[in-house]
Amino acid sequence: MALHRRLMMVLFCAALVSMCGIAAAASETEIRIGVYEPMTGAMAAGGQMTMEGIQLAQEQRPKVLGLPVRVILVDNRSDKVEAATAVTRLIQKDKVCAIIGSYGSALSMSGGPVAQAAKVPVMGCSPTNPLVTLGNDYYFRACFIDPFQGRVMAQFAYDKLGARKAAIIQDIAQDYAVGLANFFRQAFNELTEDPKSIIAFTSYQTGDRDYTAQLTYVANAKPDVVFAPGYYADAAVLVTQARSLGLKMPFLGGDTFEAPEFIEIGGKNVEGVYFSTHYSADAPVTPASERFVALYKARFKTAPNTFAALGYDCYNLVLDAIERAGSSNPKAIRDAMAETKDFVGATGIITLDANGDATKSAVVLVVKDGQFKLVDVVHPR
Amino acid sequence: MTLEIFLQNAANGITLGSLYALLAIGYTMVYGILRLINFAHGEIFMISTYFAFYGTAIFALPWQVAFVVAIVLTALLGVVIEHAAYRPLRDAPRISALISAIGVSFLMANLGLVIFGGRPKTFYRPPIFQVPIELGGVRVVVLFFVIPLLTAILLVALNYIVYKTKTGLAMRAAQWDFDTARLMGVDVDRAISITFAIGSALAAVGGIMWGLRFAEINPNMGLFPGLKCFIAAVFGGIGNISGAVLGGFILGFGEIMLVAFLPGLAGYRDAFAFVVLILILLVRPTGLLGDKQRVKV
Repeated sequence: MALHRRLMMVLFCAALVSMCGIAAAASETEIRIGVYEPMTGAMAAGGQMTMEGIQLAQEQRPKVLGLPVRVILVDNRSDKVEAATAVTRLIQKDKVCAIIGSYGSALSMSGGPVAQAAKVPVMGCSPTNPLVTLGNDYYFRACFIDPFQGRVMAQFAYDKLGARKAAIIQDIAQDYAVGLANFFRQAFNELTEDPKSIIAFTSYQTGDRDYTAQLTYVANAKPDVVFAPGYYADAAVLVTQARSLGLKMPFLGGDTFEAPEFIEIGGKNVEGVYFSTHYSADAPVTPASERFVALYKARFKTAPNTFAALGYDCYNLVLDAIERAGSSNPKAIRDAMAETKDFVGATGIITLDANGDATKSAVVLVVKDGQFKLVDVVHPR
Repeated sequence: MTLEIFLQNAANGITLGSLYALLAIGYTMVYGILRLINFAHGEIFMISTYFAFYGTAIFALPWQVAFVVAIVLTALLGVVIEHAAYRPLRDAPRISALISAIGVSFLMANLGLVIFGGRPKTFYRPPIFQVPIELGGVRVVVLFFVIPLLTAILLVALNYIVYKTKTGLAMRAAQWDFDTARLMGVDVDRAISITFAIGSALAAVGGIMWGLRFAEINPNMGLFPGLKCFIAAVFGGIGNISGAVLGGFILGFGEIMLVAFLPGLAGYRDAFAFVVLILILLVRPTGLLGDKQRVKV
């Protein structure tokens, strides 16, 4: 018993000393950047791909203002509540000066207000819903937003696929999918000059596995194309079921289709699926993209994806802002971030507008022979 | 809605319903004997799909062998869980065992995340089950016949075990009263272990069918099917095996028909399942085929 108590005492002292050590060392010897991304759950692939890009960027540029950069990752588990908790933890416990994240607009919309209240700037890699940055002067992003993405796919369906009637199956639990479905509908209605050109509109929820009822309804409406915004695993199962029910029309989606799992799960069923995304290694846009592709291939032995590229750019955008701010003061970093102009990133030239959004081109990819192939590059008007 | 579309929806409903039924049987069986709601059933179901996945993907076993191995391993897992988490609480208040079951459920889901990784895996689907068949405009795959057939066979087999064998007699005796059953020479611990082995094997059969149907597996996949099958079991009268099958079918059928007739409400089909549960319980508190509350003397 006495031994037990003594042991506890020693452990307690050791813990105390190490805690003091961290607290004292932390303020001057390193720059801490927080990352909240989904490492597990329905969006895990997106978060893990983004993290690869962030890691790569950190290995290339491990220092800023003469201090080493420490990246602190918190898994938000693809969960809206966890996302808010993750941001709180990064700010209060880890005392980060800036945050990167998160794949999944709903997750970013949940973390955003927490960062805003604590006045810590956040750079989003791929949340595309307009509401992520709207009214939040501490949230910025390196990607385009969904009014543009929805229009890109509507235009593609109308011009390239000759579609005049479309159906939509959206993931109703995700702000990303609901927003994108809406923007697609608006753009498609405008293009066809027919307010009834969306002839079937239905929903599912993240993680649902049986889509036969929705697909039977859609098949009965006989659309030219089906737009199905949602996350990769759900979308792959959905398209697979569509094919076994005999639906032969093209299926379209957004940037969340880009994950190796989409092709693994869907197999030959997802051949011919079109989707828009931020970037393709087949269409380098800047000198930085070529450098990024070479670095990524050397490090991960495979062609890079959109989310790794955006993670890479986000890290560099944050470091760029810290450099221009000349300090690790979150407020100063925010002000520097807001002034980001003509930043040469792997995914394009990034200039942030008054909302903190980037205006960039989109690419349209297709699944062909088990790979994502570039079909089209669309520039913003 | 034309007849053809209605029949297509009916076919979709039967496929989903028989999957729910398959899982609900295992749920209801454990409850019937132990009066314990085994909340870990969904996670046992999840782990069984990973057993089958690793069998085919890593050990490169033929799928027939991999599936049988997965079922056996899952049955063993069920016995181990019972030994570790429920047996020590056999004489504790029922609520303690319930909390322990919830704990096991969380533990296994999180262990799954650590061991299997957060990203989804692709379940091997032998092409033989995916051969499309068209019957008068209704499109299904071979699996459409396999799942209900399997459910029917297991239902008959289970009824045989429970009502016609010595082991079944022991299980039913244990259901009434552990102490009295022991006095009569029944090995209660053995009867309960067998119950868990069968219940978990049923979860594994359900898991493999789920994998064959939907192709994707992930460590969080146990949660919703687990809840749905709990609903199906309560709906049919928890503890009653035929009731669970009936409950599963009605739930699957209802979900499909809700979306078919009201596609605008498709996002709320889970809510539908819970509303149905509440309504049924208001009218028939013991479920469709449930017996009157038994009072132990």
